[in-house]
Amino acid sequence: MKVESEAQLAEAVREATGPLMVRGGGTRPVGRCVGEALEVAISGISLYEPGALTMVVGAGTPLAEVEAALAAEGQRLPFEPGQWGAVLGAPGQSTIGGVVAANVSGPRRVQAGACRDSLIGVRFVDGRGDVIKNGGRVMKNVTGYDLAKLMAGSWGTLGVLSEVAFKLLPAAPTQATVVVDLPAGAAQVALAAALGSPFDVSGAGWVPGVGAVVRVEGLAQSVQYRAEKLASLLAPFGETRIEQDGSGAIWANLRDLTPFVGKTGDLWRLSVKPSEAADIIARLGGEVMLDWGGGLIWVLLPEGSDARALAAPYSGHATLMRGVTAAVFEPEPAPVAALSAGLRAQFDPRGILNPGRML
Amino acid sequence: MQMPRPDAGLLANKAQIVARLREVLPRDAVIDDPAETRAYECDALSAYRCQPLAVILPRTTAEVSASLKLLHELGVPVVPRGAGTSLAGGSMPQADSVVLGLARMNGVLETDYDNRFIRVQAGRTNLSVTGAVESDGWFYAPDPSSQLACAISGNIAMNSGGAHCLKYGVTTNNLLGATMVTMQGEVLEIGGAYLDSAGLDLLGLICGSEGQLGVVTEATLKILPKPEGARPVLIGYSSNEIAGACVADIIRAGILPVAIEFMDRPCIRATEAFCHAGYPDCEALLIVECEGSKAEIDEQIGMIRQIAMRHDPVEFREAASADEAARIWLGRKSAFGAMGQINDYMCLDGTIPVNELPFVLRRIEELSQDYGLDVANVFHAGDGNMHPLILYNANEAGQQELCEQLGAEILKLCVEVGGCLTGEHGVGIEKRDLMSVQFAPADLEAQLRVKDVFDPKWLLNPAKVFPLGMTESRRVS
Ligand SMILES: Cc1cc2nc3c(=O)[nH]c(=O)nc-3n(C[C@H](O)[C@H](O)[C@H](O)COP(=O)(O)OP(=O)(O)OC[C@H]3O[C@@H](n4cnc5c(N)ncnc54)[C@H](O)[C@@H]3O)c2cc1C
Repeated sequence: MKVESEAQLAEAVREATGPLMVRGGGTRPVGRCVGEALEVAISGISLYEPGALTMVVGAGTPLAEVEAALAAEGQRLPFEPGQWGAVLGAPGQSTIGGVVAANVSGPRRVQAGACRDSLIGVRFVDGRGDVIKNGGRVMKNVTGYDLAKLMAGSWGTLGVLSEVAFKLLPAAPTQATVVVDLPAGAAQVALAAALGSPFDVSGAGWVPGVGAVVRVEGLAQSVQYRAEKLASLLAPFGETRIEQDGSGAIWANLRDLTPFVGKTGDLWRLSVKPSEAADIIARLGGEVMLDWGGGLIWVLLPEGSDARALAAPYSGHATLMRGVTAAVFEPEPAPVAALSAGLRAQFDPRGILNPGRML
Repeated sequence: MQMPRPDAGLLANKAQIVARLREVLPRDAVIDDPAETRAYECDALSAYRCQPLAVILPRTTAEVSASLKLLHELGVPVVPRGAGTSLAGGSMPQADSVVLGLARMNGVLETDYDNRFIRVQAGRTNLSVTGAVESDGWFYAPDPSSQLACAISGNIAMNSGGAHCLKYGVTTNNLLGATMVTMQGEVLEIGGAYLDSAGLDLLGLICGSEGQLGVVTEATLKILPKPEGARPVLIGYSSNEIAGACVADIIRAGILPVAIEFMDRPCIRATEAFCHAGYPDCEALLIVECEGSKAEIDEQIGMIRQIAMRHDPVEFREAASADEAARIWLGRKSAFGAMGQINDYMCLDGTIPVNELPFVLRRIEELSQDYGLDVANVFHAGDGNMHPLILYNANEAGQQELCEQLGAEILKLCVEVGGCLTGEHGVGIEKRDLMSVQFAPADLEAQLRVKDVFDPKWLLNPAKVFPLGMTESRRVS
């Protein structure tokens, strides 16, 4: 079933008699997917004010369309969402609603925050079929509870997004990447040094075949200055060089997990305390990529591996992005799980929206 | 301001409630002498006051848990309190409530530069969080003007902002984790020294929930390395429209200063008289601050100068020294104090889409004339968060009511142009009854259901945020 307006969406949910599998472009098939497909095709940019750095857009609008409209005005989504279709073997057009539902944030997360941090408003249809709005179209808003944050990363289990609003950033005219020749296990300390410097780092990761990478963005002179400062700061950790022309591709690859495309095995994503990264990846084995200064570990493991057991102990959480084991999402401590279950029961009393998706 | 009728049974049982609290808390942590609890009868919305049954000042999460469990069992409403600087009446007690103050929980638990966080007890003041890491070259970004006094717990509850949030975001964008005690006394760890949530984003939900979902006792906060330097410029214009256009052009040019502050003539005049910052006598004044190395700041300010000049400023002043920078900020930072010197004032906090700025300022001026009350404007122009200050005389009969009516008109105007009732101060009791201007019943019902999950008996700060009529059946059942 495909819906093209909020009214159709509300009707579809109200009249549903069984589980609905909510989907945008279907490019993020993470977690249990059961029920009748409900495709949200509510598309179009309803408001874009470059002078106010804000945009309101239908949840079914392709991400590519949003990014093209922003690029035309020299602006961008601050959180640099990745496309996972290729690595998850689910080709298609990512939608902006799917990005929000999965709270997808790329390398710039360390500087500009997650998708949820840029999300300033939502409209959604809850499991009762009621249309609910929260937040709005202004950058600062503390009026009532922040349900927009709750919707971000709820994978369509609390409501089906119909419209989302963002605050934006000017696109930086220039970028450069300082590359340090280091193995993954030695990267985190170097990345922490970079992130602890005053040079306003907008990406800090480790990419196979490249090394530890640190990005700066901004006005040309400033980028040049900060890249040089960082290169000398990082020199004690390994051989460094500054990548100008190739900088964009390095981060697009990390963002979209390009080095893992076409490779077999289970794909896990671990968000951890960065300083634990070296020990965790040593225990995990497998092929890794690091983002967020080491706080985000992407790892390919043999099919059926339990990354949680291998990585333990760690502070953070692990998600099985591709593969089959019992729990896709990190099990929550009992009192937190009880609150989450309570919220689901309130927003979706019939339990029809992506049931079990976040287990 | 209407408050729910206090529960007569609880009022009659005060002595017993206090005695039971003394069983679970150290003696000095329970205050019931009205002479002492008077200090807690209001917050910074001081026109409204109410004595609570008692005040408790626990020192540990375990003590918070034990007292909440008891008060839950006894059915006593609880009003959490940080430093009591809320401008919305968020921490004002109700007569049959116990105030739970965090003032004694102000320690630093852990600082970790490698992972860029600090963990503190939530009663710690905002400024002293930065104070704990400053000498090592770090800072905590959200900087409400009240930062010397306000507590992190209040910041989290209100999702407070500050002058520099254009670049660094507000509290919710800088909060990594929290220890929270539910009304039932259960201790929850939410988030931590890692990014994003394993499941639903409960941290994002708690932040800004005005003390209605749980009592936050500890917080893990993101800290940042201090920039190499910062420098403000001051730009004066002969009209609000031109100043507004300049702000929009700066943003459109792709420059993102850390702060863009705006003051109008009544505000400029009052602050000049108060602190002699040396501001030009003009209609509108912008303070724009840039950060980075000296060369980077020069580059940005060069671009801002070009844009500003196109709009023919009355004055463009760049700080050439730390002393001049401090003078540029002096007037802005003393603005509230200055207004307080000449009058009583009520500080509003609506946000508007920035392109509506000239229209909204014009409309506020018209309303000000209709009501016969002066309004001064000082606000965060980069993000559209306005702070109209309505001046009135509290001793003159009827002025308080008139002022509140004008305030409500202005906030409705903010909503009409696509904005909201409050950008950073919160709803509290002050804007409770305007919520239905911004939200449809279903929107509010969804929020009430969230509280039903966390606090089914509706005991935590129950008379705030939502119109009383909407919550009555939940509060009394
Ligand atoms: C002169 C002045 C300037 C100000 N400037 C700004 C500004 O620039 N930006 C801004 O955002 N605000 C500003 N404020 C408003 C105010 O300072 C903020 O709202 C602040 O965060 C309140 O903190 P507090 O510790 O004083 O909280 P309180 O007033 O004690 O409480 C505020 C709310 O938090 C709840 N609360 C407190 N502790 C807890 C806890 N442990 N658990 C759960 N809930 C709790 C209370 O119940 C209440 O609802 C200003 C206020 C003044 C007086």
